[in-house]
Amino acid sequence: MTAPVQLRRRRRRTPLTWLRGGGLSNLIFLAPMIVVFALYSWGPIVQTVVMSFQKTNLITAHFVGLQNFVNVLNDPVLPTAIGNTLYFALLALLFGFPVPIVLAVLMSEVRRAKGLYSVLAYLPVVVPPVVAVLLWKFFFDASPTGVFNTILGWIGISPQPWLQNQATAMPSLVLEATWAAAGGSVIIYLAALLSVPPELYDAAEVDGSGIWRKVWHVTLPQLRSVIFVMLILQVLATAQVFLEPFLFTGGGPNNSTVTVLLLIYRYAFQNSLGGKYGEATALSLMLAIVLALLSFAYFQATKRWSTS
Amino acid sequence: MTTTTTHAVIAEEAVAEPIGQDRGILSVFDRRKPAVRIAMVGVHAVLLVGLVVAGLGPILWLAKAAVTTTQDSIQQPLALWPSGIDWANLAQAWTDIEVGQYFGNTLVLAAGAWVTSVVVAATAGYGLSVLQPKYARVLNAAVLATLFIPSVVLLVPLYISVVRPAIGFSLLNNYWGVWLPATANAFNIVLVKRFFDNLPREIFEAARVDGAGAFRLFWSIVLPMSRPILGVVSVFAIVASLKDYLWPSLVLTEPDVQSLGVRLPAIQSFVEIDVLLAALAISTTIPIALFLIFQRVFLRSAGLGGAVKG
Repeated sequence: MTAPVQLRRRRRRTPLTWLRGGGLSNLIFLAPMIVVFALYSWGPIVQTVVMSFQKTNLITAHFVGLQNFVNVLNDPVLPTAIGNTLYFALLALLFGFPVPIVLAVLMSEVRRAKGLYSVLAYLPVVVPPVVAVLLWKFFFDASPTGVFNTILGWIGISPQPWLQNQATAMPSLVLEATWAAAGGSVIIYLAALLSVPPELYDAAEVDGSGIWRKVWHVTLPQLRSVIFVMLILQVLATAQVFLEPFLFTGGGPNNSTVTVLLLIYRYAFQNSLGGKYGEATALSLMLAIVLALLSFAYFQATKRWSTS
Repeated sequence: MTTTTTHAVIAEEAVAEPIGQDRGILSVFDRRKPAVRIAMVGVHAVLLVGLVVAGLGPILWLAKAAVTTTQDSIQQPLALWPSGIDWANLAQAWTDIEVGQYFGNTLVLAAGAWVTSVVVAATAGYGLSVLQPKYARVLNAAVLATLFIPSVVLLVPLYISVVRPAIGFSLLNNYWGVWLPATANAFNIVLVKRFFDNLPREIFEAARVDGAGAFRLFWSIVLPMSRPILGVVSVFAIVASLKDYLWPSLVLTEPDVQSLGVRLPAIQSFVEIDVLLAALAISTTIPIALFLIFQRVFLRSAGLGGAVKG
């Protein structure tokens, strides 16, 4: 950019006035951010778009048009991966989404040792995911003496195959993922519950509302905006699920837990001879666009709901 | 990342001063009713037992399994030491599979992530909010825009730019390759910038009148005032570093420099089960200890940002 031409000669911007005006120190403070974002955020974003149209072996690269996208869309594993990801997201929504809301509402009514409840609920969140997955592998042990199967035995249920069966593998992953993530949501809902104005409850009581009506007509509507946001956040997070299928099952048995992100990982990093980087970036780009459209549509829709 | 922007929305709501809170859903009158009282005792009991079993249970089991023989853990996983406590597991894990070394690497990785993230977030927040050169608005918009990009988009090009860069040298097996990409975190910068935006401008003006330059203002005025928000950024950076797997596993391929989180999945198949469980228990001690010591900051940050890296 050129300095704007100014009428008064003395006020002309020169490198010297820039320096005296603190231009250099401004730049020094902003430089770390500019450098790391250019190298590790803005640059890679642009590069993803470019690479998705290229075939590259990291030494040479040439444009191949839409070939990468065609390859990805023709991959027989892709429909499975999309289906599994949707299945994971759906199960996580059905089982994982209501749990933190119920927990937070109940916990907010605790009067003594409130902190203890929050700490207990949040403990699983601080366990590193890798440790959690390796630990839960023991819990999911398919032998009759596995941890969960022992517990099921106490109440007379026969041992389950957990991770080793196509039908039970994905629900098992969702169970662990829910355990690992619920505490974070609980704390967010608890914070939101703190900002429900007590007068609303007073008013509801004056109108003769009982406890259930207060929960239904005051608490949940007051949480509505947070619930809306948490819902889309969970969908976006589950659409990018990687660690659980990668470490629990590696995508098996029989590809029943391959997710979209695992497929991207396989394209890029599983082949030691050099990854299919074009295919990997093409699939990442498609996933990102789908998620962006989804969240845009979601926010448009919820905006309408909350205003009407 | 879309997730993080919306977190900023939540952040604002969570930051909003909690109102009074002398009451919740139940009124004093409700609480006096015998039926409600009994129900609440029941709810508390179920809640407490449920949280202990689900939240603490797996961790306690891990602690028990760390000092249990392999046979006991496999045959009678829920019995308490049927054939005695096996303390040797811990020592074996520490020396035989060199958990000690990876433990150290994990700490170095977390400490470095902490320092670099705080430095970048604090200087960027100061530059964007307080110094505000003309191009700050453009930069701010460019940072905000990255909040909307799912992190998966970055993975492959980021890997290539770090591990096999076109210019410069490869950061493969170099901790900077883990630290630096983590500092390009728009959420932290937005948090710090918002905090600085709310500091009273008069103080900065007064300091400038007294002859403080940009550096003096930063060091003596802004930094001391920004401890609460830097605490939050610290928690985010350290927790993210301790929890991260995919990225460090791509950058740190040499076993000598790996963190526990990267090393454990690699060794799980050729280590005896009781030793592996002991190693898992040891690697859980760092985050749990940090959490119990800095509970308030952790829970406050969680209320602010929740599952920032979901």
